[in-house]
Amino acid sequence: MYARALIWWTILRICVEERLVYRGDFALGTLMRFLPFITQIFLWRAVFASRAEPTIGGYTYNEMIAYLLLTNISRAFSSMPGLSTALAALIRTGEIKKYLAQPIDLIGFYLLSRVAHKLVYYLVAAAPFALVFYLCRGFFAGWPDAVTMTAFMASLVLAFLLGYFLEATIGMVGFWFLEVSSLLFVYQLFSFFISGQMFPIDILPQGVQGFVDLLPVPYLAYFPVAVFLGKVQGADLVRGLAIEVGWVVFFMLASRFALHRGLKRYSAFGG
Amino acid sequence: MAIIELTGLTKSYRVYQKQEGLLASVRGLFKRQYRTVEAVRGVDLQVEQGEFVAFLGPNGAGKTTTLKLLSGVISPTGGSARVMGHIPWKRENAYRRRFALVMGQKNQLWWDLPAQESFRLHQQIYMIEPERFDRTRDELVDLLDVRRLLRQPVRELSLGERMKMELIAALLHSPEVLFLDEPTIGLDVIAQHNIQTFLRHYQQLRKITILLTSHYMKDVAALCRRVVIIAHGRIMYDGSLSGIIDRFSNHKVITLLFAGDEPLPTNLDRYGEVIDQQAPKLKLRVPRRKVPEALAGILASHAIEDVSVEDPPLEEVIAEMFALTGEAAAKERDADAIAARVV
Repeated sequence: MYARALIWWTILRICVEERLVYRGDFALGTLMRFLPFITQIFLWRAVFASRAEPTIGGYTYNEMIAYLLLTNISRAFSSMPGLSTALAALIRTGEIKKYLAQPIDLIGFYLLSRVAHKLVYYLVAAAPFALVFYLCRGFFAGWPDAVTMTAFMASLVLAFLLGYFLEATIGMVGFWFLEVSSLLFVYQLFSFFISGQMFPIDILPQGVQGFVDLLPVPYLAYFPVAVFLGKVQGADLVRGLAIEVGWVVFFMLASRFALHRGLKRYSAFGG
Repeated sequence: MAIIELTGLTKSYRVYQKQEGLLASVRGLFKRQYRTVEAVRGVDLQVEQGEFVAFLGPNGAGKTTTLKLLSGVISPTGGSARVMGHIPWKRENAYRRRFALVMGQKNQLWWDLPAQESFRLHQQIYMIEPERFDRTRDELVDLLDVRRLLRQPVRELSLGERMKMELIAALLHSPEVLFLDEPTIGLDVIAQHNIQTFLRHYQQLRKITILLTSHYMKDVAALCRRVVIIAHGRIMYDGSLSGIIDRFSNHKVITLLFAGDEPLPTNLDRYGEVIDQQAPKLKLRVPRRKVPEALAGILASHAIEDVSVEDPPLEEVIAEMFALTGEAAAKERDADAIAARVV
């Protein structure tokens, strides 16, 4: 157990070091992240100004802006830039051999490296995030209670795991298609609209929302924010977390299965 | 008992056959044609503990496929293999901690980090105790003389330096079996020599078992007593390097240095084939049996200053042999094709 923890720690530490090589790239990326947000503020201000009612789908203007701000946090957990393409490249170039010949688990190893990516990212991004949230504090009603906060944290961790295993599964498709970028594009397009990055899912008509809720993507952006804002509570919260856990387990198994089958195919083509 | 044991090992794989042109590419989206390539066709091989064996063969002969099978990267179509009692393609960690694979064309180190970080990672994934790790690393680092490079990012190392680091990373867990796939590819002569010296020294020191594939005859001549020649997925020869010449070449090369300024004689082709002539030197390729007769005849009728009788260069012998086996394999393929049509 201790030995295993030490392996993980070393992998984590080395991945953190590797990421720090690119620190300049990050700092800029983090600031850029908030640029589209400014246009979103103007957009929603115009939308709200053109309407007689003060709310849209139960969101006031302030809540809408708070919502959009907070999706940046859930996305900071769930987005996995370059993961699928990196895995597909591993297969295409044959670098995957290293993970087959060494006593190391590919999916576990990449999970740790992504934890490291995130840790480094939070370290660098904490200050710009804090600044933006401080400037925008007027949009927030206040801090949620302890239970909501705990559920929010849990939904973020699950969003990270879901994001990882989902993109890992897409990457494994590289065993069948050498290039996964078009598949990834379709997924990203899809997730852009229904993950809640652009607007909260619950402003959609009831029937559509009920269906979208069952898909994995809203748990990458919408769900944690809805939890934070107190939009899902009680039984709904439990149900939401249960669905999220379900999807995490599903993609965990799917990525393993794809790797297993993929390696058989890989072998059939001579590696 | 043999440490590596292959019995009837075969591996065939499918290759996508793409026709030329846009239309064919579109058709390829729906229906693809595959060709089956038999990369390894029934290889039997036994390697004893402590042997240093070279795999020689032309490109596509099945050398790398065999190494991939032995390191468990792919699984075979038929036959069996055991390495230290393990079936490689089961990929048990117990097996993976006991061997190492080094591929000259693939990088296993972390590109952006100094090599010592990759070593540290290997310490963890191979569960090497700290003292043993420090001792082994220091020993390898000194042997390869790379201490000053340990803190430099791998991407800033030269190819030769990188290969040294790759070797250290692969040897940190003191593997009992080492698979080397073209470890000196692309290296300059000095770097090649350094790697060879290291491998020879290390193998003698640790008595580990090494399987090496290489295109450089120099690697093989410097390192391996036993040579396995693979062509078209089959073992064509298994024995010593010098044995190749005995078995596959029945010629010797006689080099004659003529005395005086007279033009070179033109009647020497009755002894053999004149392969090179630059006065006062002439090279003659003579069937082995006829060497004494040729020498006696030439020395009796010409003034000769110096003479040497040598085996033809090994590269030449092997290239000739590959060409011969290539023809044989092509005939076999044609026969298969005819048989298939008849059926």
